[in-house]
Amino acid sequence: MTARSDTEVSGEEAVEAFHSALREDDAESLYERAPCGYLSTAPDGTIVKANQTFLTLTGYQRDDLIQRRRFADLLSPGGRIYHETHYAPMLQMQGSARGIALEIVRADGRRLPVLVNSVLDRHADGAPVVIRTAVFDATERREYERELLRAKRQAEDSEARARALAQTLQQTLIPPAVPEIPGLEIAATYRPAGDGSEVGGDFYDIFEIGAGEWVVAIGDVCGKGVEAAVITALARYTLRAAAVRFALPSQALDTLHEVLLRQDTDRFCTAAMLRLCNAGDRWTATVSVGGHPLPLLVRAGGPPVTIGRSGSLLGVLTDTQFHDTEVALEPGDAVVLYTDGVTEGRSGAGFYGDHRLAEAVAGNVGSATALAEGIAHDVLRFQSDDPKDDVAVVALRVPIGPRGSLGVVPDSPGGIET
Amino acid sequence: MAAVHRNNVKESGRIDGQPMLFAHGFGCDQHMWRYVAPRFEDRFRVVVFDHVGAGESDSAAYDPDRYASLAGYADDVLEICRELDLRDVVFVGHSVSCMIGVLAAGREPERFAKLVFVSPSPRYIDEGAYVGGFGAADIEELLDSLDSNYLGWSQAMAPVIMGNPDRPELGAELTASFCRTDPDIARRFARVTFLSDNRADLAGVTTPTLVLQCTNDAIAPVVVGQYVTDALPNASMVLLEATGHCPNLSAPDQTADAIGAFVRG
Repeated sequence: MTARSDTEVSGEEAVEAFHSALREDDAESLYERAPCGYLSTAPDGTIVKANQTFLTLTGYQRDDLIQRRRFADLLSPGGRIYHETHYAPMLQMQGSARGIALEIVRADGRRLPVLVNSVLDRHADGAPVVIRTAVFDATERREYERELLRAKRQAEDSEARARALAQTLQQTLIPPAVPEIPGLEIAATYRPAGDGSEVGGDFYDIFEIGAGEWVVAIGDVCGKGVEAAVITALARYTLRAAAVRFALPSQALDTLHEVLLRQDTDRFCTAAMLRLCNAGDRWTATVSVGGHPLPLLVRAGGPPVTIGRSGSLLGVLTDTQFHDTEVALEPGDAVVLYTDGVTEGRSGAGFYGDHRLAEAVAGNVGSATALAEGIAHDVLRFQSDDPKDDVAVVALRVPIGPRGSLGVVPDSPGGIET
Repeated sequence: MAAVHRNNVKESGRIDGQPMLFAHGFGCDQHMWRYVAPRFEDRFRVVVFDHVGAGESDSAAYDPDRYASLAGYADDVLEICRELDLRDVVFVGHSVSCMIGVLAAGREPERFAKLVFVSPSPRYIDEGAYVGGFGAADIEELLDSLDSNYLGWSQAMAPVIMGNPDRPELGAELTASFCRTDPDIARRFARVTFLSDNRADLAGVTTPTLVLQCTNDAIAPVVVGQYVTDALPNASMVLLEATGHCPNLSAPDQTADAIGAFVRG
């Protein structure tokens, strides 16, 4: 019993000591020793009262501040501008401002990062009376935020560099400009998938290999990104070299096929190649296709028809077949080459498809430019301007009338066998 | 897009009155004029707007190239004037909008009757004998301040801050966008504002001008207001007994009285 009595007494003492401490924790010590700096300022910012915590945080003596300095005077110059352009207006307009990050210049000149909350008390007539401000030491938090900002900027920089690299790489996969071909209209459009931050796998090329002889190639390497782009560049330049060496497009495709097989890559490719020979106001086109959508031929008044025969995918199987088909192009005739990003363009569950393409071709036969741009525009609109795959279109057209005979190379030999 | 939509133009007062076009400064939006502009609705056609990127302007219209200099903002002012067919305009600019007004009036002087510049500065950075009040490093520090503060100002937070009922001063018409700008735009606008040098443009503005200068402005000190007044061919200065950079908020009566004496006189 004695022991219990002792315990009860000491318990009472503890409670008494606690209440005594609470009584000593009067309004003044609650204010002076609050766990945040506390300032009262006149509406013009002049400091009229500051608690001990604020003085300890900043190293100022009370007499340095009271009636002598304004809150804004204690801020870094950058913070002062922020105070005047954001903080003070918000306080005036909204009556309070919360969580504002500033830097106080301490008495010893060092900077103290702080987070600040303020309220503006107004008189009954609306006139501002006093601004009360709580100041929290935010040194460590600010360091952490700086690291976050650094990381954010690094991420943004990396993204920008990746985008620039993708665009630079992309530019190597298509000619910088469509060449002028005497006696033939030619136009091309290209739109990479998505927002253009990744290199696409589509390519096309248009180049001259002799007097009145031109090659148009279009292709699609499976996949995207830098690795696909390397193969795309390889494909484009292999077709260039092979087109010079071999007369038949099928031979060029076969060369590309062999090169891809020897290349240590899983990537394969589709391509369509057109060798064009000029004769007066007419052209002969020799077409070969490897795993690629067949080009479309549209003649005056008629619907678009495919030309050429389907051949093997390039770079997959060892046993391949490529064919050459010769087509005579009269004035007014047009040929459209495209990648599967056109016909396989998606909108919901539906594909753009051959039918829509045929309509777009039929509706834009007026010029090569109208064809290339009209088809691309229609496909992109179908996909709400957010294509999931690259879209490439090359269109050529033999002009009607006197323009057709301009710049014709006389007696250019056909020389192409099928 | 029409400038009146792009710049969230709001009109009040007399439609047949002389136009008074109020342009806000760096930091906030057209609400900066809410204690001053209504004082002129009795006689004037009062027009307020938000610079692109501020307030409820169309941020999508922010073109970094167009707004890489104050000339782009001056173009907007002139476009608003043309669209609303404002002539004989009293232009009232605050802070950076004073120099925007200088450029607009320099370009189309015939459109402006009078100019009022509240807390103007043609150059914030000290240079030789010229005192602007800041060093180049200070401006970098300001950009840091902007970054620090936007950390907590995500888009998602704005409505929460707005919805606080214990702020009677926050009028219903005031939006969450007040003093809140897209961080990227704010940085760019801060650069344009605080790195521009328009001292050479002042001499070409002959429109009668009133400079309103606070006695104690941490951003545009009295010497700068005096510099502007002296450099403008046809300007006078009125010193307001006010502290800070925004007398339109802290001393709206004095500000409106001084503008009133100038434009009604």
